[in-house]
Amino acid sequence: MTHAAVPDTTASARPSWVKRNKLAIAPWIFLIPALIFFAIYVVIPIFQSLWLSLYEWNGLYSADGESTATWVGFQNYAKLWDDPNFWTSLRNNLAWLILFMLAVPLGLFIALFLNQTVPGMRFYKSMFFFPFVISQVVVGLIFGWFYNPDFGVVGTLWKAVFCEETTNILGNVTFTCSRPAPDILSSPEWATYGIIAAGLWPQIAYCMILYLTGLNNVAADQIEAARLDGAKGWKMLWYVVVPQLKPATFIAIVVTVIGALRSFDMIAIMTQGGPFGSTNVLSHYMYEVAISEYGERYGYGSSVATVLFGIMLIFISYFLWQMYQDEKGGR
Amino acid sequence: MFLNMKTAVAAIALSAMAGSAFARDLVINFDDLNPGPKKGFDDAVALFQKENPDINVIVNINDREAHKTAIRNFLTAEAPDVTSWYPGNRMAPFVDAGLFQPVDDVWEENGFNDDLAAIKPTMSRDGKIWGVPYSYYQWGIYYRKDIFDLLELEEPQTWDELLAACGKMKENGVTPFTIGTKFLWTAAGVFDYLNLRTNGYDVHNALTAGEIKYTDPRIRATFSNWETLINECGFVDNHASMSWQDAIAPFANGDAAMYVMGNFSVDGYKNAGLTEEQIDFMPFPTIDASIPGAEEAPADAFFIPTNAKNVEDAKKFLAFVARPDVQTQWNKTIGQLPINSKADISDDKFIQEGFALLNGASGLAQFFDRDAPAEMAKAGMEGFQEFMLDPSKVDAILERLDTVQAEVYK
Repeated sequence: MTHAAVPDTTASARPSWVKRNKLAIAPWIFLIPALIFFAIYVVIPIFQSLWLSLYEWNGLYSADGESTATWVGFQNYAKLWDDPNFWTSLRNNLAWLILFMLAVPLGLFIALFLNQTVPGMRFYKSMFFFPFVISQVVVGLIFGWFYNPDFGVVGTLWKAVFCEETTNILGNVTFTCSRPAPDILSSPEWATYGIIAAGLWPQIAYCMILYLTGLNNVAADQIEAARLDGAKGWKMLWYVVVPQLKPATFIAIVVTVIGALRSFDMIAIMTQGGPFGSTNVLSHYMYEVAISEYGERYGYGSSVATVLFGIMLIFISYFLWQMYQDEKGGR
Repeated sequence: MFLNMKTAVAAIALSAMAGSAFARDLVINFDDLNPGPKKGFDDAVALFQKENPDINVIVNINDREAHKTAIRNFLTAEAPDVTSWYPGNRMAPFVDAGLFQPVDDVWEENGFNDDLAAIKPTMSRDGKIWGVPYSYYQWGIYYRKDIFDLLELEEPQTWDELLAACGKMKENGVTPFTIGTKFLWTAAGVFDYLNLRTNGYDVHNALTAGEIKYTDPRIRATFSNWETLINECGFVDNHASMSWQDAIAPFANGDAAMYVMGNFSVDGYKNAGLTEEQIDFMPFPTIDASIPGAEEAPADAFFIPTNAKNVEDAKKFLAFVARPDVQTQWNKTIGQLPINSKADISDDKFIQEGFALLNGASGLAQFFDRDAPAEMAKAGMEGFQEFMLDPSKVDAILERLDTVQAEVYK
């Protein structure tokens, strides 16, 4: 009897290790599948890519499966330093970062404009949101046609102003222009801005929707109080509404920065980095160097990827730190 | 995958009908899904199967772009017995990595050293021959015969005649050349011809092999001729935003009269509504009469991977695809030129002219992006496009190409 009672009491007094640490273990058990996949598909490839950037490799294995890569140390990075295409890409990345930020205030103004109760407002809102729903590839294609100097909107308008319709030697209709139509996507000066403008279209819609949801949470009593104190117009917006939209602004800036740095699809669709590399950004240059038909320099491509990763890391760490600070403040 | 299954099943069904036991599998990877080229290949395979009932042919057909990516994996991972690929520098990475095996014996045994002599240098690397070509096509100037007739112009034979003809076209409001350089390679066609005509095959070959600098006076001469061509002849506006297909539109409309192109473009002209009487072909005019005529003639070929399991039958197939009767039939189907000098050609006028042209050629270039290594080709073609947009940048462009060249061929 007593003999049986002893283990019973020890069990209740000293529960097993798993039971004691149940609360600490449970989250990890739930996290394990995600962590495994995150490691396989994100973390390990990052290190593989870093490692590969120290090799020169054309992506081929020999017949018996040996990699044909040769160790070159930091030569790829030294090459990058002297590569004008790399600097062009970096400069374009900067242009993307700066100009893409326009999406945040523009999104805010459209959101303010759409934040009214008018019959059919849902319809207008969805129309404004529409460009974000369609694929980036489609947006690129549409803008590519839009800019086309022969049959696009730009070309057609230009023809209406500067060109006259004549017949050519065979009697077919053709246009002779007093000055040639602007070829935005083939001009090394303007092509990048043309693509950024196309990229802004869906990005503004994205920021707009973030602000629209944010505006729902703006405290009505504070607005009323401000109004009683005589605030209106810009002052009301700047001192009362915008501060309350801070979480939305934060997210809008984060997605815009990341969107700007990831700008790949539109460049691939609209110019393939051309004319002669002048619209490349790091992400597209990396693709071009490593994976495209004329690339096959995986080591060099990895070094471009590493630089891009470094730049992204700066922003991401800042954002994470900011979020961490906010959470600390919230507690 | 579905397609592979289907063709494999078809092949099995076919040989089952022939009522034979098939002991050996022969896996062939091919890279063109377009109806014409696919039919040419399928017909050839069917004939091969009929002649060799003891071999079970399994074909995998992919489209060109997918094949370019896939070959980099399948040569190591799961090698077929035969694969299609391109000669010249395009085969170099695979040869250097030891992924293709030499087929000198196939050439020896079948007398290809004589019958395919013109293409032999292109198929060789490190003193060995690596594949067998089945088809090629000519490049040159396609022009609107009706416009030439209206302006009473003859096919220009020399550089001066070409410039004079251009002058007359411009007076009459016709842009001499159409081109679409959005995807870069079309500009390389113009460069190749100007360089072949200005300096000849040997200098051109030395340039793409990295033995001559781009700032060499001879190459500068090519670029100055190109500048003359841009100024005195001229290309359509906005060519940098057009693909080669887009550039057919001004040609078809009669706004532009000439197009430096490969023979595959004839289908495009016909689809744009032009008839055989409206278009014609001429060789690129001579610039320096003392230089023997060399032409641009990209070839398609078959190779045997090192990891092939059935090398014996693979060699049998390679010998088969270069046979005169096979090449005759195959190229009739796909509208290109057989490489075997004993083969016959179809009576299509472009093919006839191309055949005469290539048979008289002293050397055959494979096109800039096959002759030069990939990195050089990319930089070169970007430079060509930039030059066409602004010829005054020539010095900066050539110096940059020298830098890339020094890097690529070290």
